[in-house]
Amino acid sequence: MNALLEAVELSYWQASVLRVLGVLAAVILPAGGFVYVFLFKMMSFMQSRLGPMEAGPYGSAQLLAEVGKFLQKEDIVPARADRRLFFLAPYIVLASTFLLLVVMPFGPDAYFANLDTGIFLALGLSSVSVIGVLIAGWASANKYSLIGGLRAAGQLIAYELPLVLAVVGVVIQAGTLNLQGIVAAQHQGEIFGFGGIGNPFLITQLVGFVIFLIATQAELTQPPFDMPVAESEIVTGYITEYSGLRFLLFFIGEFATAGAFAAIAATLFLGGWAVPFVDLDDDIMNVAGPLVLFAKMMLVGFLIFWVRFTFPRFREDQLQAFAWKFLIPISLVNIMATMVFKVAF
Amino acid sequence: MAKPKIPGLFTGMRITFGELIKTLFPKRGIKTLIPSPSRGAVTVQYPHENESPAPRARGVIALKSENCTVCMLCVRSCPDWCIYIEGHKTKAPPRRPGGKERTISALDRFDIDYALCMYCGICVEVCPFDAIFWSPEYEYSEPRLADLLHDEARLNEWMETVPDFEAYEAGSDVKVRKVPR
Repeated sequence: MNALLEAVELSYWQASVLRVLGVLAAVILPAGGFVYVFLFKMMSFMQSRLGPMEAGPYGSAQLLAEVGKFLQKEDIVPARADRRLFFLAPYIVLASTFLLLVVMPFGPDAYFANLDTGIFLALGLSSVSVIGVLIAGWASANKYSLIGGLRAAGQLIAYELPLVLAVVGVVIQAGTLNLQGIVAAQHQGEIFGFGGIGNPFLITQLVGFVIFLIATQAELTQPPFDMPVAESEIVTGYITEYSGLRFLLFFIGEFATAGAFAAIAATLFLGGWAVPFVDLDDDIMNVAGPLVLFAKMMLVGFLIFWVRFTFPRFREDQLQAFAWKFLIPISLVNIMATMVFKVAF
Repeated sequence: MAKPKIPGLFTGMRITFGELIKTLFPKRGIKTLIPSPSRGAVTVQYPHENESPAPRARGVIALKSENCTVCMLCVRSCPDWCIYIEGHKTKAPPRRPGGKERTISALDRFDIDYALCMYCGICVEVCPFDAIFWSPEYEYSEPRLADLLHDEARLNEWMETVPDFEAYEAGSDVKVRKVPR
């Protein structure tokens, strides 16, 4: 977006306002789309019901109704809570989601920041949410919150590793950490000399893609990895004591992070904003790119939520064992194999 | 760790996806690709269209006042005391000409507090005089909690919605109970 903004010569504050609006749209739209399309509608259809139908045509205004409901609710703070940290926690979680999108490329010139260490920064920032979750669990002065917070911390750290290791395979194949570079590498890649559709890393890094999606599922604390918010054991874990606006922030954070991770997966494995047969530098991609990325993101989101609505919850020890004994060894093998193939071809 | 059962995992995903497709595209033939979830879903959009409950559904308790003898069995058997009966003794003409005048119990009040009723059906079971029946009627909510205390007249109205009893088994010789009309 920088080059685009320089081209029309906006003043600094105008550019900043545009950036803020852009990042808000990039966070709110995927989150809203995910909640409406998948959480409200797809889940309902999978359970042979219709879901929300009253607010707006086919319940499309249900999200606004939900937001209005949460804003009306009383903001309760437990008497023994650590007030300042209690207020701070949801904003840390949400901030890590917003920062995830800073390095996300939406088109040849449509980006907030084009960093050489893009994917590294994104994965690093995604771990910041652990701190917010831990703070929320501790500051609530509630045993369920604390257990949930610790479970979440243990889970997020355990699944951070396969997430990063799955990305390493892509990085080795693309030869760059820059997300634009990874998009370009997929666009210009060839499959056994056939360069027609580029080389989306989904094909060569299928194992990495599957591991990435599983780890994403766990990072989002979604079923089947929702032990930290297991309502039958610990109410809702670290969000037990939150209500009203702050609960809404956690809720938005969860689904916006789902959107951000889906966008990262789409960029890393499905070719990002690029489409085959269209030149990478084509100006049209600055407009079409975000839409293409959104479509690919919805595709990845469908996979994530399909799994979410299908499987029951892992037990806590199964959950940890799955990460340490299964996902991490496989992703290490995947890295070794990628290295061998990279050198061999 | 036990080995994850891969085939089972995929079966689960196939089932949820199949249900999604079945709900979203219920039409057959040329119209298959037109999504119409409102036809595919098994649920009913209640305020807009009415549900048709099963004939023996426990919707509401109906009363046949003429059969009630104020024996109070239902009141005493009710676990949360939601039935209120008042009655008095009165004289009735003899059954046969020249016979003795009878003493009967007349019903003054028969109220059921549906805010308390938990639909256990013990009163229906215990009534020895065929006065209390289940009806599948379900639309009797009230804006105020106190208005859920429904009186004898309302309970009698529901008697019309009580369906006939059916034989427990097809071809069975056991006599089928009749609903007094």
